[in-house]
Amino acid sequence: MGLTPSFAQAPGSEVEVAVPTQDCSINMGPQHPATHGVMRLLLKADGEVLTGAQAHLGYLHRCAEKIGENVDWTQYLPYTDRYDYLSAMNNNLGYSLAVEKLMGLEVPERAQWMRVLLAELNRIASHLFAVGTYGLDLGAFTPLFYTLREREEILDLFQEICGARLTCTFIRPGGLFNDAPEGWLEKVESFLCRFEERWKEYDALLLRNKIFIERTAGIGTLSGNDAVTWGVTGPLLRASGVDWDLRRDQPYLVYDQLDFEVPLGVGRQGEVGDCWDRTEVRMSEMLASLSMIRQCLDKMPDGAIQHPDAGPVLRPAPGRAYVGVENPRGELGHWLVSDGTKHPVRVRMRSPSFCNLSVVEHLLPGAMLGDAAAILGSIDIVVGETDR
Amino acid sequence: MDGNFISHLLSASLPPGFPFWGLALLAAFLGALCVVGFVSILALVSVWLERKIAGHIQARLGPMRTGGWHGWSQTLADAIKLLTKEDVILRGADPVLFRLAPALVMGSALAMFAVLPFAPGVQFADIDLGVYFLLAVASLTTIGVIMAGWGSNNKWSLYGAMREAAQATSYEIPLALSLIPPILHFGTFSLLSATEQQSGWGGMQWYIFSDAFWVAIPSFFLFFTAALAENKRAPFDLPESESELVAGFHTEYSGLRFAFFFLEEYAAMFAASAVATAYWLGGWNFPGMTFLSTGSLWLPILGALAFLLKAMFLVCVMIWIRWTLPRLRIDQVMTLGWKYLTPLALGIMVAAAGWEAWRASL
Repeated sequence: MGLTPSFAQAPGSEVEVAVPTQDCSINMGPQHPATHGVMRLLLKADGEVLTGAQAHLGYLHRCAEKIGENVDWTQYLPYTDRYDYLSAMNNNLGYSLAVEKLMGLEVPERAQWMRVLLAELNRIASHLFAVGTYGLDLGAFTPLFYTLREREEILDLFQEICGARLTCTFIRPGGLFNDAPEGWLEKVESFLCRFEERWKEYDALLLRNKIFIERTAGIGTLSGNDAVTWGVTGPLLRASGVDWDLRRDQPYLVYDQLDFEVPLGVGRQGEVGDCWDRTEVRMSEMLASLSMIRQCLDKMPDGAIQHPDAGPVLRPAPGRAYVGVENPRGELGHWLVSDGTKHPVRVRMRSPSFCNLSVVEHLLPGAMLGDAAAILGSIDIVVGETDR
Repeated sequence: MDGNFISHLLSASLPPGFPFWGLALLAAFLGALCVVGFVSILALVSVWLERKIAGHIQARLGPMRTGGWHGWSQTLADAIKLLTKEDVILRGADPVLFRLAPALVMGSALAMFAVLPFAPGVQFADIDLGVYFLLAVASLTTIGVIMAGWGSNNKWSLYGAMREAAQATSYEIPLALSLIPPILHFGTFSLLSATEQQSGWGGMQWYIFSDAFWVAIPSFFLFFTAALAENKRAPFDLPESESELVAGFHTEYSGLRFAFFFLEEYAAMFAASAVATAYWLGGWNFPGMTFLSTGSLWLPILGALAFLLKAMFLVCVMIWIRWTLPRLRIDQVMTLGWKYLTPLALGIMVAAAGWEAWRASL
């Protein structure tokens, strides 16, 4: 500070000028197009190169866990729709499985198959949104509109079966709200046929695009070890080459009767665990979900969809239970404590977006400012879930 | 009164004793009015086109309601909205730079239109160094953008401005170098003279179809790419990259000042396309024009139509590219500019010079 160069030096003599420089702190958010909601990233940048990053959360905090202690077991279900609002079915499923574990219920077989079908359908919808908005983060507007077109069809299917598009509250403790209406399963089948063709379009438009590869390959690389250390789950973990999927490794419902592949990142364009791998894993997971839904449609038995003991008011036996399910964004865990009354004592969730987001502080330093959007987008957070 | 058709028109209709300077002033004023009007209409049409094309690329319709037929007056409504908006200047902003920047950007965009040869006899000024003037004026935009970013007192704007400074100065080199092959071919910096040399009944005299096509085609693509970068169009829209810098240098602008930046983008797109049209695609020349008699009134009308069609086609290609490709990163943009486009432009320039020298020696 206050160092002024001396210009009176003789020519040829060494002039040393200490120019004090300072990293620029930039506030990315809470209103920023690339933060996918109200989240704030405090970036430190030396020119275009980032030297530090810190995520500030809580702008969308809605006391989701505390509310759980003040409503009864069934009433809490709609709140689960709202933390990861892009995958309501999966959240419903996670909560319902945890409540059923407390109650020791075994849901009817048809309900189990339907649950898998709905969870996988929602996974496709969620990944479609993730891949589309990721293109948007990189400046490609158009893929989003194509992916939203297909997501819209899935939402239409949801609307037909449960009346809501995003906040389904359809999978509930003891089974399902309703059975599928007449002809609904055939509509799912015909959607899958259309989707399979369109999937190739996204693959060509986005994943094989030269600029897309340049922007994502080798960027934001997360090694398998680091991924495990940071508690990262879901497509992020698998993109880093760690072969871990709760659906296969701790099977729930009827996943053990399904034949499916768990796609892993192999570093085809750059390094294992870079942004391109994450997108590719999401794309391949869509195809895996597609084959799972087909198998569900083939094997769907007839029968009841709700356990007779699970009425509107639930009183699980005193105890505690943790159930983790594989959500589109990673492991969604519910930790429930019951004292035998109709109100939970504690509802606690381990949300995948929150844990995955912690890794930005590790990934962003050293990347460029333009990569901040690329890395943040590849983590695919939903702020409703990080803040709850 | 070289080439200024407004002063030609005026001198015919004004009383004989009218002073020369008055005529020049009046002609300049009317010319500026024409340019502003033309650019405004052009921008309205281009923005509407951009929305419609983007809509159809994205499996939707784009504006459909305002004005009835395919939402034709949507941009008109938006322009009125922008005019009536509050003009916000931040407390920490540099008031002089902040106000001056949109004017400079807009002024330089308008000045580019002075030398464009729209049709036979329709050109505001035929300068001997026409294209040189155009490049010089176009780079004033960069100064305006840097002023806007610096004066906004916003770090995102500053980043946008610095990116523009780096990007525009790098891409001006391949842009200027890629213009050298047609300049050598026609032996002139004047856009009018270059256009006139491309006239013929079938269009085979256009530079891109001429015997020098093998340098014309690569130099055309080079010019087009460099012009995309120079005009901050995708995939080189880093100064305003939405998902990274919110809106870059014009984040803090609202109302009419924002409209100026917006207008400038479309004006500059058209100007770049017009230069490409005049030098590579035959300008106003269209197949069969030699069958019209030289004094015919149809000649300027059809010529202007041909010129606008060709230029608007290139504008549409720019729109098409924008809605298809992701954005490059700033270091990749610089790498592309310095390591690939500039050497390539130098190579094409040498090839063009050799070809023209060999052809002249025959």
